Amino acid sequence: MAELLLELLSEEIPARMQARAAEDLQRLICDGLKGAGIGFETARAFATPRRLALVVDGIPAMRDDVSEEKRGPRVGAPEQAVQGFLKGAGLASLDEAEKRDTGKGEFWFAVVTKKGGPTAAGLPAVIDAAMKALPWPKSMKWGSGTLQWVRPLQGIVALFDGKVLKGEVSPGGAMTPIAFGDTTRGHRFLSNGTITVAGFADYVSKLRAAHVVLDPAERQKIILEGARRLCGAAQVSLLEDQGLLDEVVGLVEWPVPLLGTIDAQFMDVPAEVLIVSMKTHQRYFATTKPDGMLANRFVVVANNVSRDGGATIVDGNERVLRARLSDAKFFWDQDRKVRLEDRLPVLKDIVFHAKLGTQAERVTRIARLAVEIAGHMPDADRGLVEQAALLCKADLVTGMVGEFPELQGVMGRYYALSEELPLAVAEAIGDHYAPAGPTDRCPSAPVSIAVALADRLDALVSFWSIGEKPTGSRDPYALRRAALGVIRIVVENKLRLPLRPFLKADDLLAFFAERLKVQMREKGVRHDIVDAVLALGGEDDLVRLLARVEALQSFLGGEAGRNLLTAYGRAANIVRAEERKDKALAARIAVMPDLTLLELPEEKAVAAALTAVRAKVAPALEKEEFAAAMKVFADLRAPVDAFFEKVTVNVTDKPDLRLNRLKLLNQIRATMDSVADFSRIEG
Amino acid sequence: MSDPLSARAKPTCFQELILTLQDYWAGQGCLILQPFDMEMGAGTFHTATTLRALGPKPWYAAYVQPSRRPKDGRYGENPNRLQHYYQFQAILKPSPPDILERYLGSLQAIGIDTSVHDIRFVEDDWESPTLGAWGLGWEVWCDGMEITQFTYFQQVGGIEVDLVAGEITYGLERLAMYLFDKKTVYDLPFNRADSAVPLTYGDVFLQNEQEQSAYNFEHADTEMLFRHFADAERECSRLITKKLPLPAYEQCIKASHAFNLLDARSVISVTERQSYILRVRDLAKACCEAWLATQVGKAA
Repeated sequence: MAELLLELLSEEIPARMQARAAEDLQRLICDGLKGAGIGFETARAFATPRRLALVVDGIPAMRDDVSEEKRGPRVGAPEQAVQGFLKGAGLASLDEAEKRDTGKGEFWFAVVTKKGGPTAAGLPAVIDAAMKALPWPKSMKWGSGTLQWVRPLQGIVALFDGKVLKGEVSPGGAMTPIAFGDTTRGHRFLSNGTITVAGFADYVSKLRAAHVVLDPAERQKIILEGARRLCGAAQVSLLEDQGLLDEVVGLVEWPVPLLGTIDAQFMDVPAEVLIVSMKTHQRYFATTKPDGMLANRFVVVANNVSRDGGATIVDGNERVLRARLSDAKFFWDQDRKVRLEDRLPVLKDIVFHAKLGTQAERVTRIARLAVEIAGHMPDADRGLVEQAALLCKADLVTGMVGEFPELQGVMGRYYALSEELPLAVAEAIGDHYAPAGPTDRCPSAPVSIAVALADRLDALVSFWSIGEKPTGSRDPYALRRAALGVIRIVVENKLRLPLRPFLKADDLLAFFAERLKVQMREKGVRHDIVDAVLALGGEDDLVRLLARVEALQSFLGGEAGRNLLTAYGRAANIVRAEERKDKALAARIAVMPDLTLLELPEEKAVAAALTAVRAKVAPALEKEEFAAAMKVFADLRAPVDAFFEKVTVNVTDKPDLRLNRLKLLNQIRATMDSVADFSRIEG
Repeated sequence: MSDPLSARAKPTCFQELILTLQDYWAGQGCLILQPFDMEMGAGTFHTATTLRALGPKPWYAAYVQPSRRPKDGRYGENPNRLQHYYQFQAILKPSPPDILERYLGSLQAIGIDTSVHDIRFVEDDWESPTLGAWGLGWEVWCDGMEITQFTYFQQVGGIEVDLVAGEITYGLERLAMYLFDKKTVYDLPFNRADSAVPLTYGDVFLQNEQEQSAYNFEHADTEMLFRHFADAERECSRLITKKLPLPAYEQCIKASHAFNLLDARSVISVTERQSYILRVRDLAKACCEAWLATQVGKAA
């Protein structure tokens, strides 16, 4: 058993592409090995800023024969088809093919066996094919070549069982082909010359000696541990950020965490501003003090061990940060000189969407909607709601949000606080973009809720009105997220808000129903139960809708529920079967049975039970006590079971009696369907 | 004192930074060209880059290009934003395999010692909507500070390149502020401290920033600029039909600058903005196509 080592050395690969590229390389090579009849035990892939590496273990020195079957034309097919088949399969005549009956007639089959042989002979083609198929999100050519790679490719290590594989990749044009070899390079600044490697273990240890940590997981560990150690010594805590960490891991081959200091003059700028400025511009980690407030230290991860212990690097980074934060502080100071209210006229100049007018028009719509929503919320002060809604987009024209769009809302809140606007208004401005995703917190303060809902409902209704509806893969305005946001805000705050008047279009209500189903499914609610409740139609109060779903789920979870469902099914099946025979029947039986026509005690008992049940169910539904309503249905079970045992519904010689009994059965169905469409429940 | 022109001497002032870079890239085989004598937004607009990046002929050149971005004017009050600044540009076509090592050599030449600094190549894809050009590359960081844009050109004027040019662009003021540890561009020493008349960048350019900002934002005659744009556009198209891509391209540059001024005057709405950019791009595209059809542009 032998090992395959592959390394693709290039100029610096964008951090965000590395992990995916390593996975793709592993998948493509492994698939290629299988396709070429080459077995293996394990494969592992790695990426650094300059290289993709793959090691595959447990490859036999000889590969298996691979046999492939090709189906040809039908026996007796025209000569031309037969010749084409023979040529394609590489056969001299039909004597080398075999006849087989496929059940759809006799066909010619060719069984072609590719002889195995030394594995090393088959590997270059596998590597070549994988490199051609590797899907970089963006690739380029360089020099005079035509080969596409993420950045210029510089070298290929391809070793099998310690020996260099025979092969090369040509960048094209007048460029020298890159031959498979056993040499690579170490760190760009901390090593010199080339490294010759004999196998994976040797490769990893020589790279380490040349200041390259191959495994991203190990680089991550070095960064985290080093950063925590530095923070500990400075009595601060690292503000961990996985997204940032992933990126930094992809920017360094030899991580050296260093601790820098934020100039004191910037510490009164809001923490969010400092954090986002350090992160997006500089890829620094922020730190916090024991009380949780932002500390004046930051962690930068260098890719170099400098002669002076990092002093120059820290000094340089502190200078850059000073310039960056001067900008931020400038915005913070300037922005606070203009009140949010005075910024509103500027919104008239900002186009929200070519067909939907300006931000100013949007704000007007949001304010009107928010006040309307507040009408359904006894604890929301309409004056504050209107004020918050009118100001909620004003920070879009501040310098800070211009520089850091992700601080929208956050800055509006700070500016509102510094103007000493009512706290509820400031919080609503800050809250109204939440929840931004399924794990984000939901606003819970009344003013915030009204503005957050209005923001999303306006977006949904507006984009809907110009035909910008999400399709399977395209949702450029994040309308699915907006709908899910509405659902979460309404449900988590138990808001009694009829949505229909706000949504206007029926298919928008259907869009909500679809989002709700997806959300319920993720929470583990059976889809047929949600369907049964949604099928009632017209329900636009999400809280009531979910209460029904919950009651139905627990009812069907019990024995009484399951038994009754069986009885319902029998009644519904008979009615449906008859309805199919006679199209006009449905309308004729959709009325109460004529009590005088009831003959047998069992049918009279069902009629009496239905009357009693209806009398109890209606007030329970009125009070939205769905569980109680369903419990009442249990009273139907005994009489219905007895009915089916004793009563024949389709009495052919007495049409009036038959019709009346169908009406009775239909009533069983109708009564139960008042709570949910039980026909949707899958037994 | 060391010889200011020696490639080994670490530059001490703005002009020595330029001289050192010129010296270094001349040593790498680049033509040292002079700035293009028209207003343009970046060194990329110089014909030595835009047009020479196309076609199958090798081309190594380096030059300083004064770059004008009317909207970036700050009346001389911002420490590092200017409506007129300098780019140093090196273009190597086809990009040699060791182009990054050569670039790192230029850092050593200007006094950035890679054994004490942290140099990083951070993904940055470049696109010029007005030139219909794009490429992949990096911004190069030195201790967290962006000191260079590095781009492998893939398309120019909407045309896929034959040979890929590596374009290296240094923002000279920013780089100098870093090298000479100045908090504002206006404090940069323009020439050596021991010169007969030592001057700062502010001595040379502060008043220009003040006046030009006032022009860009307040006084530029927008009616005239709209007219200039239309004239340049028409002239460019006419010259294309005469198979004169170089004069045509100058009109394209004129149109682009008129647009930038109009943009600074805030008289172009968001929707119009896009259509102006597309109009300039159409001109650039036509010029590039016409250039490729000429003797110098096409294969010899």
